[in-house]
Amino acid sequence: MVLFLVGCGFAVLGGVIALLVNGSKPARWIATIGVWIGCGLASIPVISALGDQAPHPVQWAWSMPGGSLSFALDGLSAFFCLPILLVSPLAALYGVGYLAGHARSLKAVLFFYNVLVASMLMLVATRNGLLFLVVWEIMAISSFFLVIFDDEHAHVRRAGWTYLVATHIGTAALLAMFALLGAGADSLDFTALAAMGRSLTMATVLFALAVIGFGSKAGFFALHVWLPQAHPAAPSHVSALMSGVMIKTGIYGLLRVLTLLGAPSAGWGWTLVIVGLSSGILGVAFALAQHDIKRLLAYHSVENIGIITLGLGAGVLGLSWGQPVLIMLGFGGGILHVLNHAVFKSLLFFGAGAVAHSTGLRDIDHLGGLLKRMRWTGLTFLVASAAICGLPPFNGFVSEFLIYVAAFSGLHAATPGTVVLAIGILTGLALIGGLAAACFAKAFGMVFLGEPRSDHAGGAHEVGPTMRWPMMALAVACLAIGLLAPLAVRGVLPAVAVVAGGDPGALLEAAGGAIRGLTGVVYISVTLLLVTGGLLLFRRLLPRGKQQTETGTWDCGYARPTPRMQYTASSFAQPLVDLFRTLLGTRKRGMAVRGFFPARATFETDTPDAAQERLFAPLFQSIDRLVAPIRRMQHGRVHEYLLYIAATLVLLLLFWKAGTR
Amino acid sequence: MDTTSVFLILSCLLLLGSSRLRVAIRVVAAQGVLVGLLPLVRSEGNLHLHIWILAVVIIATKGFALPWLMSVALRRTRAHREIEPFIGFGASVLCGVGLFALSLWITASLQLTGAEASGLLLTTAFFLVLTGLFLMVSRRKAITQSLAYLVMENGVYVVGIGMSLESPFLVELGILLDVSVGLFIMGNLLFHLDREFDHLDADKLTELSDASSSPDLISEASE
Repeated sequence: MVLFLVGCGFAVLGGVIALLVNGSKPARWIATIGVWIGCGLASIPVISALGDQAPHPVQWAWSMPGGSLSFALDGLSAFFCLPILLVSPLAALYGVGYLAGHARSLKAVLFFYNVLVASMLMLVATRNGLLFLVVWEIMAISSFFLVIFDDEHAHVRRAGWTYLVATHIGTAALLAMFALLGAGADSLDFTALAAMGRSLTMATVLFALAVIGFGSKAGFFALHVWLPQAHPAAPSHVSALMSGVMIKTGIYGLLRVLTLLGAPSAGWGWTLVIVGLSSGILGVAFALAQHDIKRLLAYHSVENIGIITLGLGAGVLGLSWGQPVLIMLGFGGGILHVLNHAVFKSLLFFGAGAVAHSTGLRDIDHLGGLLKRMRWTGLTFLVASAAICGLPPFNGFVSEFLIYVAAFSGLHAATPGTVVLAIGILTGLALIGGLAAACFAKAFGMVFLGEPRSDHAGGAHEVGPTMRWPMMALAVACLAIGLLAPLAVRGVLPAVAVVAGGDPGALLEAAGGAIRGLTGVVYISVTLLLVTGGLLLFRRLLPRGKQQTETGTWDCGYARPTPRMQYTASSFAQPLVDLFRTLLGTRKRGMAVRGFFPARATFETDTPDAAQERLFAPLFQSIDRLVAPIRRMQHGRVHEYLLYIAATLVLLLLFWKAGTR
Repeated sequence: MDTTSVFLILSCLLLLGSSRLRVAIRVVAAQGVLVGLLPLVRSEGNLHLHIWILAVVIIATKGFALPWLMSVALRRTRAHREIEPFIGFGASVLCGVGLFALSLWITASLQLTGAEASGLLLTTAFFLVLTGLFLMVSRRKAITQSLAYLVMENGVYVVGIGMSLESPFLVELGILLDVSVGLFIMGNLLFHLDREFDHLDADKLTELSDASSSPDLISEASE
């Protein structure tokens, strides 16, 4: 355990040295090496914890009331360490190349990146409520500073502001939750909190606070407003880390609190299922309507958090109904999807970052034809796109498959509750999967296929090795988890055992059917891969010795095609966006083309965030109106501030004097 | 001891009635010396070394060093008079008398635990603090406000002396640190105010306020 903390220390140390070093290049490398050493050291206890040898928990006294510096690694913590330990070093390495061209000082971004990595690692190992909140805040603040890296742009500052408000709304809920959790306890240690008995009403209040508090970090729909702003604003390796890894700390927190609350009620499970379905469907629907590639990816994070939550909801329902298959496959699918989403979403953000780095563009409608110019980026982006759509043989399939099997087991059990759950999950997941596939057909097709839609896209070039290698490593991880699916399901067992409090052996038995199914899929996948490989080889060998000509991409037989005749992202997504228009509220501006020789025409669409437009903007405006009279006290006149102090003092003295009579 | 208290009270009234900044600085310096003498007076011949040290340090800082710094600031900033205070000088003295009455009334029912100091000393301390606050609120120049801060701090110190003669050493060290930091900030403020705005009127600091712009920020964020 001490080794784990030493690893966190090394990450921070790397950041501190990077602050002190002059020169951009050595600073970038030192910070990255700090992350690598730190994660390397921390991975040793994590691996032994996953292998049934939990490191010895440590606990030091802390002068804060109810607080102690206690750390431990159980199956759940160790599993949530995996995405952190996998993605952070790769994203740091990617950052070395990505940040290379920046003219401004990188010290802040390097330092806070390392602090963020260390704080996430500490967070999942913390075993005390107060310490948890402190580390949670360090994580929130360091990521805030990463978001506002490009702070000369107004939209970046606004994104930072939104993130800061959103994360503190979450922290406020968590503060209330831990205060209620610890009411009547001597210490906020998790072991002490778990041992306390609570009424169901109290536990439900705590659960609701946890959903709000952790949901604002994870990005449950309606609490997600910061994601589509902050992810495009942050540097790409930071987006990858935040979207791929940091938002999962919300899921971790929710699971950890579930272990403290005692036996769950079915209502909690239904809540999670509904939250999951709404986040999943609305997330992907909003993603479809986006033009900015990083904003699109941010909405996909909302979608995937929805899938994860759906799995957790099924697991909680399984706990309250006592159905081991639902427990194992619901929790297992959700938790495994945490790792899978971390891998492919970071990869997608790396790809988007590489495109932005190479072309300076994030707008899908200005890109195109990049597969020829950025072969590796395109290929890895394709792998990640297939993975996020849940297609075999990649990793996204494995976790979604588990949730599907959980739903089918519900049909099999054939009680009214399980059947409703099964229908909800099956239709919801199928809809999400289909829309995600459409969305990534759009994203990949518009960015990488066809002809460049602008000069910047035409002049693109492949990115350097420090950015290329992390992408390739993650693509390999996508494939590896997909092909080692049965092993991955066994790997998630310790984490499920902590949440469900069950015997790993029984859980493994419950997962037996799913593992057999996955094994079959793996065989088919391997065959498919071999056949595809063979065909590719054949394709390469076939034209040998024959004359080859190169020409433009198929141009529909037009005499003078221009890249502007291609489908745009908006036109590709238009039928689906129209289908969801009541939800999306897409605004269209422009004029219809009339006549045979139309004059200049313009058209644009814009899909603002529904939760922000319809929920938070009116809410904050009414709060603003409410407190406006108070603002009159805050006018900047020093004398009157002093007068407030003096008046308060005198009034208190008079009050006291009146009391002594 | 009561004599010292009376002098302190008179110095406060003088401060409230004076418009010239140079005079005000001298009065505060005299106040610093008086306050520094208090431990010697209070010990009634029972003079330990640490009381001597305390007195010397206090007189050196409050009576000489800090006023000297203030007069340097005064010379640099060309401001010599407190013009147009929010409350006039005559009215200020009247208010001062009112504040003294308030201090008397409040301290009448305050009891010092285990201290043999006279009630007047405590009243003086309250009066010093209240005068300092009053000056801060009612005067425009930032220099006067720094002086008022010193007066308030003198009041706090007198409370310390009134409470016990043995242990104020630690308390005083903390307070001195506080004062030097406060003065440092004030000095910076004075310097920058003068350089940026060509005046030392703290009431014009509203130009820096973001209160008027914050509604825009909110509506911007909600767009």
